[in-house]
Amino acid sequence: MFRNQYDTDVTTWSPTGRLFQVEYAMEAVKQGSAAIGLRSRSHVVLACVNKAQSELSSHQRKIFKVDDHIGVAIAGLTADGRVLSRYMRSESINHSFTYESPLPVGRLVVRLADKAQVCTQRSWKRPYGVGLLVGGLDESGAHLYYNCPSGNYFEYQAFAIGSRSQAAKTYLERRFESFQESSREDLIKDAIMAIRETLQGETLKSSICTVSVLGVDEPFHFLDQETIQKVIDTFEKVPEEEEDAGEGEAEPEAAPGAAGTGEQGGSGDQDVAPMEM
Amino acid sequence: REETSDRERGRGAIGVSEKMTFTIPIENGNGVKNAEADSQRTLYPYVTGTSVVAIKYKDGILMASDMGGSYGSTLRYKNIERMKAIGKHSLLGASGEISDFQEILRYLDELMLNDNMWDDGNSLGPKEVHNYLTRVMYNRRNKFNPLWNTLVLGGVKNGEKYLGMVSMIGVSFEDNHVATGFGNHLARPILRDEWREDLSFEEGVKLLEKCMRVLLYRDRSAINKLQIAKMTEEGVTVSEPYSLKTFWDFKAFTNPTVGAEGSW
Repeated sequence: MFRNQYDTDVTTWSPTGRLFQVEYAMEAVKQGSAAIGLRSRSHVVLACVNKAQSELSSHQRKIFKVDDHIGVAIAGLTADGRVLSRYMRSESINHSFTYESPLPVGRLVVRLADKAQVCTQRSWKRPYGVGLLVGGLDESGAHLYYNCPSGNYFEYQAFAIGSRSQAAKTYLERRFESFQESSREDLIKDAIMAIRETLQGETLKSSICTVSVLGVDEPFHFLDQETIQKVIDTFEKVPEEEEDAGEGEAEPEAAPGAAGTGEQGGSGDQDVAPMEM
Repeated sequence: REETSDRERGRGAIGVSEKMTFTIPIENGNGVKNAEADSQRTLYPYVTGTSVVAIKYKDGILMASDMGGSYGSTLRYKNIERMKAIGKHSLLGASGEISDFQEILRYLDELMLNDNMWDDGNSLGPKEVHNYLTRVMYNRRNKFNPLWNTLVLGGVKNGEKYLGMVSMIGVSFEDNHVATGFGNHLARPILRDEWREDLSFEEGVKLLEKCMRVLLYRDRSAINKLQIAKMTEEGVTVSEPYSLKTFWDFKAFTNPTVGAEGSW
């Protein structure tokens, strides 16, 4: 009930010990379109839903290559995401230049988190409104991290962020125990199936999603439309029937999702604010 | 800007700090105007170490150097260790200015400390250390304030052997056998003929001793007190100092001017 009094400044605590501006920034992440990451012992797959402003425009880029061995998928304010990707590329290339060796992804993620934390403790700044799924390889194997606007970071076997990500998370929770030993192909298939969960009935086509892979002996790269369509074809043999099943699962998620947008006010109904993707 | 990048953390190494600003000397015909400028940069070395020789062998790296520190033509210091272990995976040997070598050891100490503090299963191996040193040496050279050393960096990590060299002007490369200073002229030819991929430890030591003996005979800044360091997957061991047997009763040494009276 005190929310409105203590949410003007990022440097103002609420009586219950919360920084509301930071929490609002995390809401921005939930408004963006879904991004999913999964990892096995040797590979990391990042996938996202392609969202376009209108039928006339091309879709927003949400997955960026940071280096041959690191990729990042974003959800939230894509402009903030682009700036942070540039920072990550810069850190990675500087490390490569000095040490002629790839920057361990765990160390990059800590620097990113420290950078985000600064914005939660300066009155003239605002937190970054973007969540980052950072996937990468280092000496100790494949890793997937999630970086929050709050400056926290967590390591995951699999994770989903953005709107309707709960459906994808439910799917991933059922299957994550098998991911560590998964083959590369199975991992990609699982990623695309998780994407399907967030679509809530829309037809799953290769044009609607972007998938990227990186692994031991496989530098970061995007999968082309053909490859993705082939994977889709293996489990979407009868599109109509699959859709019904998908819709049933996704239904309970729709209600809380709408409630979330209603509370935000500014975003209004189904329309997403122009700067968010 | 609040970001800390590796570049900024290594600032001390490249020489950016309040005291070490480098002022350009101004010449006006009567000598250099701002004399402090000159006293701040390295013009010539004072206490120097002579050659370091290193080879790859079956299990890793072998490196040899003597323990002398010359002060010009005086063999002044006889207990200087010119080879040091860097972290778990690397071994650094240096010839040239000893104080600059000690400075480099301080930079590497800081580097390895920060690397260990991450405690995340990743560690800087010999290739990374070699590259870091190349950057440091080259950057100092560009400021006309070199670290007056030639460095030999060897190591083993995850079964891979690495041996490289960096000079004071930032020239850097890797090879199966490297040497500094006089070693380039006297030891490398021997190594080019006799080095093999699968030398055993004993064979490697014998080969290095052969090189060091030639250097002892012919390099006047060499002393007969040397150490041999071994670097394998298990770690680094630097031997106790010992001397080589030398033979001075060659006829040519007993009467060197027999063929040319009056010469020396």
